[in-house]
Amino acid sequence: MKESRLMKGNEALAEAVIRSGCDAYFGYPITPQSEILEYLSLEAHKRTGMVVLQAESEVASINMVYGAAGTGKRAMTSSSSPGISLMQEGISYIACAELPCLLVNVVRGGPGLGTIQPSQGDYFQAVKGGGHGDYRMIVLAPSNVQEMVDFVRLGFDLAFKWRNPVMILADGALGQMMEKVELFEQMQRKTNIEPWATVGKPKDRERNIITSLHIKPDKMEEINLHLQAKYKEIEKEETRFATIDCDDAEVILTAYGLVARICQKAAQLARAKGIKVGVFRPKTLFPFPYDAINKLAAKENIKGFLDVEMNAGQMVEDVRLAVNGQKKVEFHGRMGGIVPSPEEILAKIEEKFVGELV
Amino acid sequence: MNEKTMLEEDLREQEVDQAECIFCNENIVYEKPDTLLDTPMHYCPGCGHGVAHRLIAEVISELGIQENTIGVAPVGCAVFAYNYLNIDMQEAAHGRASAVATGIKRVMPEKYVFSYQGDGDLAAIGTAETIHTCNRGENILIVFINNAIYGMTGGQMAPTTLPGMKTTTSPFGRDVLTMGNPLKITEIVATLPGVYYCTRTAVNTPANVRRAKKAILKSFEYQKLNKGLCFVEIVSDCPSNWKMNPVQANKWLEENMLPYYPLGDLKVPNEKEN
Ligand code: SF4
Repeated sequence: MKESRLMKGNEALAEAVIRSGCDAYFGYPITPQSEILEYLSLEAHKRTGMVVLQAESEVASINMVYGAAGTGKRAMTSSSSPGISLMQEGISYIACAELPCLLVNVVRGGPGLGTIQPSQGDYFQAVKGGGHGDYRMIVLAPSNVQEMVDFVRLGFDLAFKWRNPVMILADGALGQMMEKVELFEQMQRKTNIEPWATVGKPKDRERNIITSLHIKPDKMEEINLHLQAKYKEIEKEETRFATIDCDDAEVILTAYGLVARICQKAAQLARAKGIKVGVFRPKTLFPFPYDAINKLAAKENIKGFLDVEMNAGQMVEDVRLAVNGQKKVEFHGRMGGIVPSPEEILAKIEEKFVGELV
Repeated sequence: MNEKTMLEEDLREQEVDQAECIFCNENIVYEKPDTLLDTPMHYCPGCGHGVAHRLIAEVISELGIQENTIGVAPVGCAVFAYNYLNIDMQEAAHGRASAVATGIKRVMPEKYVFSYQGDGDLAAIGTAETIHTCNRGENILIVFINNAIYGMTGGQMAPTTLPGMKTTTSPFGRDVLTMGNPLKITEIVATLPGVYYCTRTAVNTPANVRRAKKAILKSFEYQKLNKGLCFVEIVSDCPSNWKMNPVQANKWLEENMLPYYPLGDLKVPNEKEN
């Protein structure tokens, strides 16, 4: 039965984890996402029998995920920026071994120990690799508590569809804010056995091996080409985005996650002043909606883009690639855990575009 | 074909005949376990890994648990263990085998899970994972190959390198004042309540090989009973990086390794409880 509740982002995500039929969660406390581990420790085992284990470190967590995911079960971890940095080696192994799993990064401000306040400073790390070698994660960017719930189920589905790690890239504010959410029904734990999983070798099949080691260059290149071909397919099939009032817009705000909602408010303020502003929000950061932005940029009514992020300008590089010089792309960013206000975004729109708009 | 080669050919045929008569059924005292594949091993002559692999394969075959066993081999000379053992296996990042094994065992508690780790892996980069996996008393077997050196990377100092022992990164001998003493990690984990059985064995003599096999066998039996973590250290040789031939290596192991790493049980189950 579907159910509505008022919930904090982290807790709503944890509730969705239980309902998604997840088999195992391995994690280590770090602000601002410890509620996920706490909620699961309290609720999960008694409700579905899923494994919840507090590991000795993020390094251990991600390798436990590797082990559990290698058996074909639904396995996951969550952390925040410095903890995700510690996991990068493991994520790279997981990507090469093609293990499906869900990773959640409730991003805080960096670099270093930084601040526990919200940030989008990990875009590059999540979208462009983070760990070593040529690999990609599917990256989902929720912008409200409802999506913190929905992307858990979607994340596991995509992870198994593509045998690839999926990351939910949230931020500290999304994790902490309370909103009404609709929860999906409890799903079954997995019973089917994946043909590639290491569950013990029956007499009638070859042994299964989970590995990321391919010493011979031609074999390694074969794996590389296979992975790249898979990523191309993912780009074709899984790109997701939302557009708000873009049809008649003169200025497009590009933003993901929480910032996209603030941009919506800024767009309303702008329209009240007679400036036609729309919002383009990627829901998947990899694959990035290059084509959609490129087509938007070709439209005559659009004068330019203002990319807004809680960082020094990371996604803006992809927006520029997508726009490909057709229109100008401006950037507005805040760092240090400061969330930009609709008013300052409006001021930026006026500063960068109003003289040119007729 | 000249006379000489014809003669050689003849002799070879005779040898084959003799061999066939020796390898007849009633003479067979040992057979390769079906869990061990025919792939030629890449290990150096005299290396202990081959023997240790065979022991694990024998135990798995004898217990009939091939269908229910998952092995984990991390970075190190034995990272290719999955090429030799006919069971489902996972390769793990350097030092993380026991965390990977934890992940497997937790979601499939009814299966047998073991990790097979070298000294650099288990007692240097993976010390935290080793200690905590042992401390949680995960129901797995950790096989710890201690040859006092980094084999795969070419003979660098390991956490278990002996005092004064020369390696490529302790070219003047391990100076314990600046490089620390060899880490007796097996003694450390033996103190943890989560560890049910902890022993140190070797594969340098037939008698020790038999003891090592017994330890592995016992560990799988304990695992079946969910008793907690079993930890089997195998003191092993690395003739290549010790720069010795296999015979010298075995002698050196006996005279230098075993005094520092004495063989025997470090923790045995309280039989009364069983
Ligand atoms: S380098 Fe040493 S440990 Fe590695 S295979 Fe050769 S002898 Fe064995």
